[in-house]
Amino acid sequence: MFKLKCDDFLIYDEATGTYSMSKEQQVRDEHERKNWQTVGITLLKDWRLYLMLVPMLLVYFLWRYMPMTQLLAAFKNPNTPGVLASDVANQDWYGLTNFKELLFGTTANTPMFWAAFRNTFAIAFYGLVFGFPFPIILAIFFNEIRSNVTRSVIQVCVYLPKFMSTVIITTLAIVLFKGPHTDGIMDDSVGVISKLLLAIFPSANLEAAASTAGGLIFSPNYFRALYEITGIWEHGGYDSIVFFAAVIAVSPTSYEAAQIDGAGKMQQMRYVVLPSILSTVVIMLIMKVGSLLSVGYEKVYLMSSPKNYSAADIVATLANRWADESQSTLGIAAEMLNNLIGMILVLGANAIAKRASDVSLY
Amino acid sequence: MKRKMEKSELIFKIIAYVFLIVFALMCVYPFIYALASSFSSTEAVDGGQVILWPVGFQTTAYEFVFGDNVFWISYANTLFLAFVGTIWCMLYSIMGAYALSKKRLMGRRVFNFILVFTMWFSAGIVPQFLNYQATGDILAALGGTTYAEMDQKWLIIIAMGMNATNVILLRNSFEGVPAEIEEAARIDGATEMQVLMNVYIPMSKATIATVALFFGISRWNGYFWAMRMMPNQRFSWPVQVYIRNFIDSYSGLIKEVLEGNEWEYSIKTIRPGYEHTDVSVMSVVYTMVICAVIPILCIYPFIQKYFAKGVNMGGVKE
Repeated sequence: MFKLKCDDFLIYDEATGTYSMSKEQQVRDEHERKNWQTVGITLLKDWRLYLMLVPMLLVYFLWRYMPMTQLLAAFKNPNTPGVLASDVANQDWYGLTNFKELLFGTTANTPMFWAAFRNTFAIAFYGLVFGFPFPIILAIFFNEIRSNVTRSVIQVCVYLPKFMSTVIITTLAIVLFKGPHTDGIMDDSVGVISKLLLAIFPSANLEAAASTAGGLIFSPNYFRALYEITGIWEHGGYDSIVFFAAVIAVSPTSYEAAQIDGAGKMQQMRYVVLPSILSTVVIMLIMKVGSLLSVGYEKVYLMSSPKNYSAADIVATLANRWADESQSTLGIAAEMLNNLIGMILVLGANAIAKRASDVSLY
Repeated sequence: MKRKMEKSELIFKIIAYVFLIVFALMCVYPFIYALASSFSSTEAVDGGQVILWPVGFQTTAYEFVFGDNVFWISYANTLFLAFVGTIWCMLYSIMGAYALSKKRLMGRRVFNFILVFTMWFSAGIVPQFLNYQATGDILAALGGTTYAEMDQKWLIIIAMGMNATNVILLRNSFEGVPAEIEEAARIDGATEMQVLMNVYIPMSKATIATVALFFGISRWNGYFWAMRMMPNQRFSWPVQVYIRNFIDSYSGLIKEVLEGNEWEYSIKTIRPGYEHTDVSVMSVVYTMVICAVIPILCIYPFIQKYFAKGVNMGGVKE
């Protein structure tokens, strides 16, 4: 006969050879029961709060978390048809074959995926490099305008594009950057901005790009630049609001002190303004880096045509197209890869910021 | 004491003014151009003579658009989607944010995480599309129809437009309401719903207005999912889908036109028998753009300050 090693909550009675609960454990059990009672009472007392939470949780569960169950399809055989959750459940497991095909495959899909991934990254990266400093510059310039009326008027103008829909913005971009058609599809009218550009930079290259694709937007060589420019046009003014709030928070005495010390305007920017707005800049930079790979697919979708896929196709639009070509599983795998990397970027940027400056978003 | 302006300062100021004025003009110019072109004749628009004001004044484009019933149906659809969709989103967001703002709520961290995780990772377009189809079945069954026959508008209203950032904005604002006021209300015998309606909502009016505007604008502007979910339900389209479809079908810019089909660039081909032919498709497009933009332009001056406020509230913390 052996003795159980459970001295901490059981007491062995040598005489009768039985176990009994220790006093301490009885107290602990009692405590725990009380705890659960409190939980029950709290839940019961606050049932209205939980009821209020239910619609939101339901919406998020149904349309944000349910789609994630579809991700299983990325590990299933693409050749067995059916894409509903029940169909996917019945398909053969395929392991990482879909991912292998995307990354190292020999079919036409592999270069397409890599091109799309490169485009996603390039669009996001250029957006960061050119789109990020612009609102800061704008905010600093706004601070130079002393007249409130003038500044308000300019601000109303520059915030305006932010409130226009993507369809309106892309429509205007397509039409204003239109080039003359030479293939008989359409008239040879030229969009007013293309015309201006051709007048300022008369190059055969630009002209060819405008005319063959039906517009500069649809030319692979100019798509990225125009995507970023329209992006800055659209968001620049609005994004400057948060920086402007930081810039006007700089106390005027700091400027005066710097002036007395003989600092010129650039030195004031460097040693007074920049340090004061740095924390805002860091937060916004984290946000930007975090959303690096979640390029707005709606705008890309609206600005792309088969003519500029080589530069404009991003992972999301490629997956969308693959889904229409009954290659859903491959599309799901591609997007999953993209979004996982995106998530790592968000969390990584946040962790770095937390360590570096106590500023964190989540 | 007025200090004499330094030379570097003066130069900086001039650069700032020039830069800002040029950028501001760039921001409004496309809309001015669209307005001018919508009133201009075919030759002027296609010949690129329009710069600031209408050339060869006509109102046929407006007559055409005003006579286009489907355009106005889609316009009404957009208003409907924006209005009902915003109310629905606000309803569950406010209730959820209120519950999350309570420190005593058990499992608060878990619920917050559920919310915030959607900001980090999304399943992607294709899974979402498949899921909308699958859940559309459930909604259709609730409405007593089948997925194929149901009006997809309802799916778009109920299932789309959720935004975790907005919920967090609301939650932060509710957390800022002093607890004493709530206690006073409770002593007077207020229920949970009464506390929310009579204490929290009136005290966070600015945030609620801002969040409602965020939701409203995203609803008004929504294109992709409406296009994806109802490519064939022409009479349920929002105006954004209608405009894009119009350009796709009649301008030959995006889709290739069949070979050998000489592209006739006038609205006569769009509506055969239409008597005016002196208007280009582009003028019609510009007119539609102007029509779609006007509601936003009308409320824009009033909502602008809320947006400026809203963006500064955006400290997302958890």
